[in-house]
Amino acid sequence: MYAQMVKSEATREDPEKLAAFQARIDAGEKIEPKDWMPAGYRKTLIRQIGQHAHSEIVGQLPEGNWITRAPTLERKAILLAKVQDEAGHGLYLYCAAETLGVTRDELTEMLLDGRMKYSSIFNYPTLTWADMGAVGWLVDGAAIMNQVPLQRTSYGPYSRAMIRICKEESFHQRQGYAVMMKMAQGTPAQKAMAQNALNRFWFPSLMMFGPSDKDSVHSAQSMAWKIKMNTNDELRQKFVDQTVPQAEYLGLTVPDETLKWNEDKGGYDFAEPDWDEFFEVIKGNGPCNTERLATRNKAWDDGKWVRDGLLAHAEKKAARQVAAE
Amino acid sequence: MSSPNSAYPDTPEQTTKPKRHEWPLWEVFIRGQHGMSHRHVGSLHAPDAEMAIKNARDVYTRRNEGVSIWVVEARHISASSPSDKGPLYEPSESKVYRHPTFFDIPEDVGAM
Repeated sequence: MYAQMVKSEATREDPEKLAAFQARIDAGEKIEPKDWMPAGYRKTLIRQIGQHAHSEIVGQLPEGNWITRAPTLERKAILLAKVQDEAGHGLYLYCAAETLGVTRDELTEMLLDGRMKYSSIFNYPTLTWADMGAVGWLVDGAAIMNQVPLQRTSYGPYSRAMIRICKEESFHQRQGYAVMMKMAQGTPAQKAMAQNALNRFWFPSLMMFGPSDKDSVHSAQSMAWKIKMNTNDELRQKFVDQTVPQAEYLGLTVPDETLKWNEDKGGYDFAEPDWDEFFEVIKGNGPCNTERLATRNKAWDDGKWVRDGLLAHAEKKAARQVAAE
Repeated sequence: MSSPNSAYPDTPEQTTKPKRHEWPLWEVFIRGQHGMSHRHVGSLHAPDAEMAIKNARDVYTRRNEGVSIWVVEARHISASSPSDKGPLYEPSESKVYRHPTFFDIPEDVGAM
């Protein structure tokens, strides 16, 4: 997902406090910033919400790549609005993470020096305009699968951020699917472009949900704490079941020869993505890892004088006001 | 986020770390279009109040969510503490007569 393989922290604390905390969560209560929480809960959430926020921010880059080359003014305005939303989503999430006692700049620095991760999906390039369709349809579609249940997560600020995000996310997926429809109903060359985009984004989208449950070591604690609501495989299955008919409607072929409806389980059987590739991308060896981080670092460095300048100006103004009073 | 009564907690990590020179945190309150009061919607960073309002417009009202914005620096907010929950709110639980449904008014009297 936008937060993959988030390491869950073990917690060594007063068993009585831990039990009371777990009871609150089991009763469906929300945990708020000033409430007592286990150190492991706090740390895991900072890592997870931070990674989610970083994904929203880095996720602007593959789509930003096409803003100036959108085929019409309308498409350009739509894409611009979508990318602006991603920035907003990143900001909602950073604010939620900050309520746990980490500062914004610390989070940014941890992204920039590689101590924190962002979703593997954004390390793939966007080669054609059809990729804007595939990203909205598949990548945002996969994100929604995870984010809808997270609206019920136990941590109040995270839950509220997810509610805001989900309200806006549906536009993202629909605009992507609209791009795909246009391409799939276009000339043979345009349809081929749409098929090519689906071919390249299918498996990376499946990877977004993280490794298979049998290899996912951090799930149990996070699920007990309700900061992870479904297992990786559950969500992946749900995504495939929802997406395959949408591909059929487009007249496109999902690039998986083993894909088959399984009547007994009421879902599709499908091929696992190449997990070796996934772990390589996570390690930093995907097609665009270097470029993405370099771009974020440059933006941060180039913006330093603006941040410093505005702060100096604000302090000068405040000092003058104090002097005048 | 420093006073003991602030809206956010001081964590052990925070109190031991050197203070950083960052844009301050602002809490954002927005009035929706229906004559409602301003409601807390989230927070953001900005160097001063003017920029905080501009940023709030971009971050929190991209879809006509509001007609008016308030911002206040987070460190100026005082908050009650979770441990005060009992003393603060329990007294009102026993005062059922504060609710109109406590009183039985005969139907003959008509709507009241």
